[in-house]
Amino acid sequence: MKLSALRVSVRVAAAWLALGPGWAQDAPTAPQEMPEAAAPELGAQSHSDPATRAANAAQITDPVAALTADHSKFDILKGPFASGPEVTAACLSCHTEASNQVMHSVHWTWTYENAATGQTLGKAHELNAFCGNVASNEVRCTSCHVGYGWDDVREAAPSDPTMVDCLVCHDSSGQYAKQDNLAGHPPLAPVAEGAKTITGAKATPVDLAKAALSVGQPSRENCGNCHFYGGGGDNVKHGDLSSVLFDPPRAVDVHMSQDGANMACESCHVSDKHVLAGSRYEGDVIDPHGADRMPGAARDTASCTSCHTDAPHKGPNPLLAMKLNDHTDTLACQSCHIPSFARGGVATKTAWDWSTAGRMDENGKPIKEHGYIQGNGAELHTYLSTKGDFEWGENVVPHYAWSNGVMRYTLPETEIDPTQVVEINQIQGAPGSPDARIFPFKRMEGRQAYDTDRNVLLFNHVYGPGDGTALWAYFDWEKSLKAGMEYVGLEYAGNYDFVNTYMYWPIAHQVAPKEDALDCAACHAQDGRMANIAGVYVPGGLNIGGKLGLVLLVLAALGVAGHGVLRLFGRKSGGHHHG
Amino acid sequence: MVERCVKVYSRFNRLWHWSQAGSIMLLFFTGARIMGLHALMPFGLAVTVHSLVAMALLVLWVFATFWLFTTHGWKQFIPRLTGFLQVARFYAYGVFKGEAHPYSKTLERRHNPLQAGSYFALKMLLFPAIWVTGLAYLSYGFWDSADGQGLWLTIIANLHVLAGFAIAAFVVAHLYLLTIGHGFKRHVQPMITGYDRIDLNPEEEAYLEQKGLVRATPLYKD
Repeated sequence: MKLSALRVSVRVAAAWLALGPGWAQDAPTAPQEMPEAAAPELGAQSHSDPATRAANAAQITDPVAALTADHSKFDILKGPFASGPEVTAACLSCHTEASNQVMHSVHWTWTYENAATGQTLGKAHELNAFCGNVASNEVRCTSCHVGYGWDDVREAAPSDPTMVDCLVCHDSSGQYAKQDNLAGHPPLAPVAEGAKTITGAKATPVDLAKAALSVGQPSRENCGNCHFYGGGGDNVKHGDLSSVLFDPPRAVDVHMSQDGANMACESCHVSDKHVLAGSRYEGDVIDPHGADRMPGAARDTASCTSCHTDAPHKGPNPLLAMKLNDHTDTLACQSCHIPSFARGGVATKTAWDWSTAGRMDENGKPIKEHGYIQGNGAELHTYLSTKGDFEWGENVVPHYAWSNGVMRYTLPETEIDPTQVVEINQIQGAPGSPDARIFPFKRMEGRQAYDTDRNVLLFNHVYGPGDGTALWAYFDWEKSLKAGMEYVGLEYAGNYDFVNTYMYWPIAHQVAPKEDALDCAACHAQDGRMANIAGVYVPGGLNIGGKLGLVLLVLAALGVAGHGVLRLFGRKSGGHHHG
Repeated sequence: MVERCVKVYSRFNRLWHWSQAGSIMLLFFTGARIMGLHALMPFGLAVTVHSLVAMALLVLWVFATFWLFTTHGWKQFIPRLTGFLQVARFYAYGVFKGEAHPYSKTLERRHNPLQAGSYFALKMLLFPAIWVTGLAYLSYGFWDSADGQGLWLTIIANLHVLAGFAIAAFVVAHLYLLTIGHGFKRHVQPMITGYDRIDLNPEEEAYLEQKGLVRATPLYKD
């Protein structure tokens, strides 16, 4: 009785809403159930008509969904779309503030003002030990930008809100991709011959409507398609972020494995207004509120202690647990719980020597040597005429250093000492300082071009088919460096050489299950992992007191042995008892 | 004076000695593991055992100290110079000539002067050194904020290890000296049974016999 009464009233209300005056569009209640006969008729109305838009609303007989909006039911997302920005325009018609939020994130600006050092960092500004620089190589490098069409990083990214790429983070159809040389645009029909996506896969035309209808929370696929391929290939850059993390075994990543916590990236890298927690410029060393935060309460730090507190070790041996908890004011959790990185069969690039780039074979053709076979069987290049020599590593033991989370960079105009290894970024934090911990890092070894007149690092122009100067097309360092420096407007007389460099990458992923955490003796031993770390005393191994003591003990043993021998040679062995 | 076989080591005395000996051996073993001198057990287990045994030994020392002061046993350990030179001369020279030991045990002084001196040094110097540094080491988690660069911990750890080796050197000498005179077995036996041969004056003899602390038959013959 009640139900049928409701149906009648809904029918009336729906009809009234559909035909009613404009102010009725603000009516707060949407019909819960639409009469089947009425639906097609209402569907013929315009898109802006709320009743029409409500036609796809879930019925009381449908399963209850977790979210209040099912994007696959939105007509506006059904396309057709001719480009990425057209999809974004559709998104913005509801999510009016989204692009502005994204445009205030480092994902968009590639600019980071480091308050601790006063340095302006970010991909748009700094140099690194991999491809060197984004400037002058844009459409290749900006293929991973969270937008469309940023083809000149000397200027800020496009200010048009529709140039934000919503799909790269929110697509869950699995077929959305960015082509690797279109400044962030996806491959659309007709796709150029030989085109690749940013993961190195063969590019196929993207179905934008399918992607738009699929949108949801970012999954590890969304983050991983860029971040697992940083530096131009799988795990090249970070060392702890590889395609293994799409579906890692428990032993590789206890948080992300389906046999572990099965967490997505955003479980830790929580977002607020499209800005995600976590930074390699100013990392979160500690989260002082980790222990006293209520379940479900907001947090904006991506440190281990945010969830685990700074006293995470429990029994079964309470004494050992206490001792382990004593470590947390000195050591970052990662130092023990990520015993090595580049695990699970995907190697990371550990050394890149640019100085050997440009060598050709006897026919004058570029060379490609593949001298490394990684755990999953893939062959990796160890020499390319375009890029020089490479070394790779798997299960790499990290470089350890005190860090307060802050990195100071050797910026384009920072004077270097070419007789020393130049640190592209210097890990900040005083040994023993309360705001610092000993963290693990990947130490990338580079050999990069610098200006021998001014002792500054040089911008290289590597990508630019057909422009006559790009290194990867013309193999001429002089032209490449000149074009790179000219592009950014910096002084360069044309004299260059190569200098050895180090670049440090914080290791925070691939956390092993607790049973695989580092054994005490990995550090607590002679020449253990902490051997070169200042500001901390690590028991284990023979210290000076131990060496002196050992001498004392040996002397005592020799003394009694000598005494005993002399007694044997005495006329009568032994005397009266000694008391 | 007459030499009789009487009870000199009470049950607590013996318990104290042997549990101390066992603990010290365990502490040597686990301490050596922590220093990396062997790898017969995991580091974490060695630290756990080392800490627990050390704390148990400290409790024992508290009881033993209390016991020494209430029973006047502490007087046994006060060093004195009388006879010191003769005993020193014996170990440095006489023992090689087959001379008899110049010291006879009495009920009040069962340690010869050299022995009393070294036990005194052990108790007043090495044991305090090991437990003061050990407790500081163990409680590092409570005061490390005042030790930014780990300098104090470095000093404490070195002193702790040095004191440990000094105690080990003592143990070596202690064991060796048991072989002098009547031999190892007869030196160890009193610390097991409690009875040893002591020179008694008639008053002591009468008193001890009345208390039933004299054995009719000696434990061993010369």
